[in-house]
Amino acid sequence: MSTGPPVAAGAPAPGGPGAVPSVARRLALYQRAGGIVTPLLTAMFAFMMGGVVVLATGHNPIATYRAIFKGTGLTWFGEFAEWLFRLATFQSHVFPGDTDAALNLQQTLIVMTPLMLTGLAVAFAFRCGLFNIGAQGQYLVGQMAAVGFGTLWAGLGGTLHLFLAVTLAALAGALWGGIAGFLKATVGAHEVITTIMLNWIAIWVAAYLVGLGGPMQDPSQAFFPISSTIHEAAKLPVFWGDAELQGLHVGLFIAFAMLVVYWTTLNRTTLGYEVRAVGFNPEAARYGGISVRRNYFLAMAISGFFAGLAGALDILGWQFHIAQADIEASTIGFIGIAVALLGRNTAVGVFFASLVFAGLYVGTSTRQLDPSVFDPELASNLTLIIQGLVVLFVGADLLILYVWSARRKLPWVRGKAAQA
Amino acid sequence: MSSGTAAVGGRDLPAWLAVTPRRVGIAGIALGAAAFWLALPPLLTRTVIWPIIVAVLALAAGAFAIRAGERRVGWGAVASGLVGIVGAVWATQWSSTSDLEEVFVWSALLAATLRFATPLTFAAIGGMFSERSGVTNIALEGKMLAGAFFGIWGADRYGSWEAGLGIAMLAGGLLALLHAFFAIHLRADQIVGGTAINFLALGLTGYLFIDQYGSEGTGANISQIPDVHLPGLEDVYFIGPSIGQLNLLIWLSFALLIASYLVMFRMPLGLRIRSVGEHPRAADTVGISVYGIRYFAVTLSGVLAALGGAYLSIGLVHSFNEGMTKGRGFIALAAVIFGNWRPFGAFGAALLFGFSSALALRLGPAYGTNYGTLFQALPYLLTLIAVAGVIGRSIPPAAIGRPYRKQ
Repeated sequence: MSTGPPVAAGAPAPGGPGAVPSVARRLALYQRAGGIVTPLLTAMFAFMMGGVVVLATGHNPIATYRAIFKGTGLTWFGEFAEWLFRLATFQSHVFPGDTDAALNLQQTLIVMTPLMLTGLAVAFAFRCGLFNIGAQGQYLVGQMAAVGFGTLWAGLGGTLHLFLAVTLAALAGALWGGIAGFLKATVGAHEVITTIMLNWIAIWVAAYLVGLGGPMQDPSQAFFPISSTIHEAAKLPVFWGDAELQGLHVGLFIAFAMLVVYWTTLNRTTLGYEVRAVGFNPEAARYGGISVRRNYFLAMAISGFFAGLAGALDILGWQFHIAQADIEASTIGFIGIAVALLGRNTAVGVFFASLVFAGLYVGTSTRQLDPSVFDPELASNLTLIIQGLVVLFVGADLLILYVWSARRKLPWVRGKAAQA
Repeated sequence: MSSGTAAVGGRDLPAWLAVTPRRVGIAGIALGAAAFWLALPPLLTRTVIWPIIVAVLALAAGAFAIRAGERRVGWGAVASGLVGIVGAVWATQWSSTSDLEEVFVWSALLAATLRFATPLTFAAIGGMFSERSGVTNIALEGKMLAGAFFGIWGADRYGSWEAGLGIAMLAGGLLALLHAFFAIHLRADQIVGGTAINFLALGLTGYLFIDQYGSEGTGANISQIPDVHLPGLEDVYFIGPSIGQLNLLIWLSFALLIASYLVMFRMPLGLRIRSVGEHPRAADTVGISVYGIRYFAVTLSGVLAALGGAYLSIGLVHSFNEGMTKGRGFIALAAVIFGNWRPFGAFGAALLFGFSSALALRLGPAYGTNYGTLFQALPYLLTLIAVAGVIGRSIPPAAIGRPYRKQ
């Protein structure tokens, strides 16, 4: 399955008629249209529009955003800087390891871990000219596989068990993504349709598996639709905070490593070169002797690998089991779309975008947001609105180009351009 | 599509009775269903022989149709025959008659199928218009959700379900207009734009819902879309319990179905929509406004999807909760594809998906709720198979997903 089947005469070309305009070509446009400036503008604009909604419904947007920001724990970096300063100036110093801000930041980073990975999952497919809406399903398959392998093999040693569970769960995600890639490569089925369908198949099958009487339901809780809890040996170690109180697990570093893997694969390997070539122009890539079909399959499988890994780290890092109610409520894979788009499908961009969305996600959660300032239930919907606006404006490259070219007409910018 | 001229042994029959491979295939699909049906109430055959004989006939009809070139229908008949065999074996060997009689109350199943299919029908027909004009519509989910919320909000605020429907259609239309503006004028990637619309609708409706109703939810005394009582038929066997008392919007969906067929295939407007979706440049050359047609089609998709959503909130469930469409917009999209971008095809798919939902619900009490849950995956699996081309290829409009640039 690793290489595409022989090209049948008259077979529909995957990039031929009916294909969506190359996403990578649009991407190149963004890069020309101001690099980091446009995503910043996009995000700011989305937050402003979100503020307008808050204002229109009679709440104070500034107080709301301030409360959300406090909930993200990003203020911890201020405490950290102060500690560094005191350390450097030989004053009395206690590391701010368990302040409120530290606890909040741990939660933000716990959410950032899978978001980085689902962001990479969407971004990698984008680079090959594919839109992977299926990160949610691949993430879920990763979660289910992690629960499955995490509850298996009771006597296995810690490191080996962990390694097997993480790897196999990520591979399960790769398999789920690979189905869409395989269908795209062989019969030209549009990946958007197939991944949407695969998402819902994953959701309902998973709901069945952990549902009442389902094969993965916890036998000791016969009346709760919830899976069994994974073995202690399969849990990822916590390196910051209390392991009993949902501290930060080492999965964060795995996610960081994957950022490096993503960048290296795309920019320093033949595979990455081919993937990008197909993304820019499948016809030209085919003409250059690249197997477009093989790359479609591989890109989706690798995408699925990232998303499956995200699911694995969430289960093995802090969730430990999965309830039927969580299966449908989870949006980690969908936020990945916004992360990839805002991050312009680059490793660095995905890093920052995942931090922004993780902050929003955690800052608006019932656990973090002060309900006297703003109802957390309202705020979590505000997150969705902002997410939607980001995706909407990132998709509208013409608008961005228009704004950008209008900027060039401003007198001070024109003067600078003339000098250059 | 076969034109129906390849008559087999039909020399002496009028054209509409001619035995074409396509008709043999369709008969095969019906036979496969009949094989299963024999083992269910009211006949309840307890031997597996009769169903198998009928199912083998279905397989033979399918094989004949495939050999004669009608692959889509032929494979459908083969699949139907296999389902018939599996179903009949299951029903006769592993199920008790009392369980079967509890689940397969046909009149109730038909009524439930129509109830579940109607929101899908509205959204799918809307989606068909939009996709036929060349704009991919994965935003149906968001538009339905907007219709569901604004329908109940309007009905609550102005005290009448008519106002609710009106406001739902307005909201869906506006959301679709936003979608259209980004997809058509700004030439944004239509799938990215559609995803954004879905997020926006989810966030906005959730936000407004909490803001307006809080955690208590929508009240109990909100004006509802009425049911239509067919006078004199309500006590008639089978007809009474199945269609004697259906919601007004279900009947409206039948009317819409016929109207959309006429518009799409019998009127100049439909020809324009289709030509814009197949070859916008050519359409533009002969003076059709590509942008105008696409704006119309996308906005219409929003209005219709919102109607489907409003039916859900003030016709079926009588309340609203966050994200209540639960992927129905995506099933509607699946119905468009499964139905090959045709009104009756989409309606057939919506009925099939509605039936699987109705059955899933009824399976619960007899065989355990969890099997009903697993059953919910069926529409998506069927669509995946259809898209993969196992049961004949679904062929989308040629220019779908591609923004048009005026010259």
